[in-house]
Amino acid sequence: MNFSGRNDAASANMKPIQVKLVLLGESAVGKSSIVLRFVNNEYQDNKEPTIGAAFLTQRCKLDDRIIKFEIWDTAGQERFHSLAPMYYRNAQAAVIVYDITKPASLEKAKTWVKELQRQANPNIVIALVGNKIDLANNRSVPYEEAEAYANENGLLFFEASAKTGTNIIEVFTELAKKIPYEQILANNKTLNSRTNGQGDNGRVNLNESENNNQDGGQCNC
Amino acid sequence: MDEEYDVIVLGTGLTECILSGLLSVEGKKVLHMDRNDYYGGESASLNLTQLYKKFRNNEEPPASLGKDRDYNVDIIPKFAMASGEFVKILVYTDVTRYLEFKQISGSYFCKGGKIAKVPTTQIEAFKTQLISLFEKNRLRKFFEFLQKYKEDDPSTHQGLDLTKDTMETVYSKFGLEPGTQDFIGHALALHLEDNYIHQPAKETIEKILLYLYSMNRYGKSPYIYPMYGLGELPQGFARLSAIYGGTYMLDKPIDEIVYNDQGEVIGVKSQGEVAKCKAVICDPSYVTNKVKKTGQVIRAICILNHPIPNTDDVDSVQLIIPQNQVQRKHDIYVASVSSAHSVCAKDYFIAIVSTVVETSNPEAEIEPGLNLLGPITEKFVYISDLYEPLEDGTKDKVYISKSYDATTHFETVCDDVKDIYKRIMGKELNFEGKVKRGDEEEINAM
Repeated sequence: MNFSGRNDAASANMKPIQVKLVLLGESAVGKSSIVLRFVNNEYQDNKEPTIGAAFLTQRCKLDDRIIKFEIWDTAGQERFHSLAPMYYRNAQAAVIVYDITKPASLEKAKTWVKELQRQANPNIVIALVGNKIDLANNRSVPYEEAEAYANENGLLFFEASAKTGTNIIEVFTELAKKIPYEQILANNKTLNSRTNGQGDNGRVNLNESENNNQDGGQCNC
Repeated sequence: MDEEYDVIVLGTGLTECILSGLLSVEGKKVLHMDRNDYYGGESASLNLTQLYKKFRNNEEPPASLGKDRDYNVDIIPKFAMASGEFVKILVYTDVTRYLEFKQISGSYFCKGGKIAKVPTTQIEAFKTQLISLFEKNRLRKFFEFLQKYKEDDPSTHQGLDLTKDTMETVYSKFGLEPGTQDFIGHALALHLEDNYIHQPAKETIEKILLYLYSMNRYGKSPYIYPMYGLGELPQGFARLSAIYGGTYMLDKPIDEIVYNDQGEVIGVKSQGEVAKCKAVICDPSYVTNKVKKTGQVIRAICILNHPIPNTDDVDSVQLIIPQNQVQRKHDIYVASVSSAHSVCAKDYFIAIVSTVVETSNPEAEIEPGLNLLGPITEKFVYISDLYEPLEDGTKDKVYISKSYDATTHFETVCDDVKDIYKRIMGKELNFEGKVKRGDEEEINAM
C-alpha cells in the first residue's frame, strides 16, 4: 500500500473503490487527531472541532486497487451520547478509539463494538485503537487486556499515537487489507445491471441538475 | 449546559432538525435537545421492537416477521416531491451526501372501485381507462395549456387570470367532467378536499405543475424516498447542525421553559440545570399550553407479505382514494414501501393508510383503503392530534412548529420551516446554490 498513487500511470485510469469509514469512541480520546494525522500528517494540541467538515477523504493504493476512504468524524455528537444511527449506516470500516490512560474509555469502546455488531453492516471491518501511547507513563489500560478483548471479538488491534504518528498509517493500511472489496464490487454490479440508464435500480442522484435529466426538465405532458 | 445559546431547539422532528441545521450554518449557537433517547420524535422510523413497544404494550414481535434490524417503519407516511422545496433544501444543505434516495415506483388513483395508474404524459393519458375518449381530448388541451403557460406572458393565458379566476372557471373553460376534476384536483394537485375549486386557480395550477415536473424528473412517479426510512431525514439535518457547531443532547427530560418578567424566553431547564438562550424552537409537545388542536389524522400501519393488488407488483406506490368516491370530505391515502427501501424484511411490504378524521368512528373511515391491500399480516392503528401554535413567537421568542399533517409530501413542512426561519432571522430563507463548506473534501495527501 502506498499513498502516492498520483504518478502511477496504471492507477490513473482506475476507478477508486469508495469505502465509508466511521470514527467512534468517547470524547477527547483523539478521534479527530488520528484522522488529521492520517490525512494531513499533522497534529495540533487542544484541537477545536472543524466547523463545516462533513467528512475527510484519503486515497490510497493497495495492490492493484485505489481505495478512497471517506472518513466520517462524529461532529461532537458522541459527547452527550447522541450519535445518530445514520452515522454508521453502510459503513464498511470503523476505527473505535480509546485512551490508554482512561479505562472508562475502553468500556465505552466496547459498547460501540456491541452497537456495531447489532446494528451495522455485518461485514464491517473494525479496528480497536488505544491512542496516546506517547503518554505511556500514565498508562492504565494494559496492552494485553485490550488485545485479548480485540481477539475475542475479531477486531484489529493497535496502540497508537496521533501526536507522534506512531502506528497511525498502520491502522488504516491493515483495515484496507481486510475490507471485502469483491463483495463491494459485486454489490455495485448487481445494482448497475438493473439500471438501463434510469439510475441504479430506482436510485436517484439529487445533485445532478434537473436540466441534465431526460427531456431537459421540460414538462412532457 | 451552563452556556448561553442563541437558540435552544426542543425535539428532533424533521422541522426542528432542518431549522437547527440552517441556523447553525448561519453561525447561530444552537443547543438541540430531545426528551427521547432517539432522534426524530414523530418523524422517527421504528424497528420491530420499538413498533411493538409503542403500539402493542411491549409485546414480543413474532419471529416470522424476520430480523428486528431490517425494519425502519415510519410513523408519519410521507414521500418527497422530486422537484419540490424539500429536495431543494436537501441539495442546498448538502444533506444529500448522508442519504440515498430511491424513486417511488408508481402513483395510482381509485375510480369506481378500480385502481388505475395516474396518467401524466399524453401517451399515458390516451391509454388510461380512467377517462372516456372525448374527455381525453379535453384533458389533452388542458395539459397543452399547462405546458405552454408562462406567468409573465399573457398570450399563453388563454384569456384566464389565474390570480382571480377560480379552478371552477378553469375546469369549465376546458369542459372537464367531474370525474376528471377529481383526478386533477386530487391525484395531480394533491388537494385533500374540494375547497380549492372555489379559490383562485393559481395555487392549484402551481401544485399540478409541481407534480408534473416532479414526475418528469425521474420518470416512475413524482416521489422519492430515503433508503432506511424517513427517520434518516432528521438525523441528516442534525448532523449538518452538529458539523456547524450545534450541540446535541438526547434523553434530556425538559423541566420547564424559563421566561423573564416581560414574558420573553430566557432559558430552558432540564434536570435542574438552566441553559440560557435568546429563543426557543420546539414542537407542540413541549409547549402544550401554547398550542391549539386543529384536527386529527388516523393512520394504520400495515405489514403485508405481498405488493398491493392491482399495482403492477411494484415495490412502492402511492394510492389515492378521492373523497368523492367514498362520500367523504377528505381523501384516503395509501403509501407503500418495501424491503427495496430497507424498511422491512425481504418479501415484506409496509403500507400506511391515512386520512383526516371526520367522524366519531375513525377506524371505519379508513376501511376503503384497508380493503384495497389484500391480506394484512399485522396492523397498528393510531390517531394523532394535529396542533398549531396560538402565537407566532414574536412576543415570547418561542417558535413552535406545526404537527405533521395528512398531506402526502413534505411541502407543508418546508412552508413551516421557511415561515419560522423568517420570523427568527427577519429575512427570507434563500437556498440558491450551496451552503459554504469548511475545509473538507478531497484533502488528499497524495
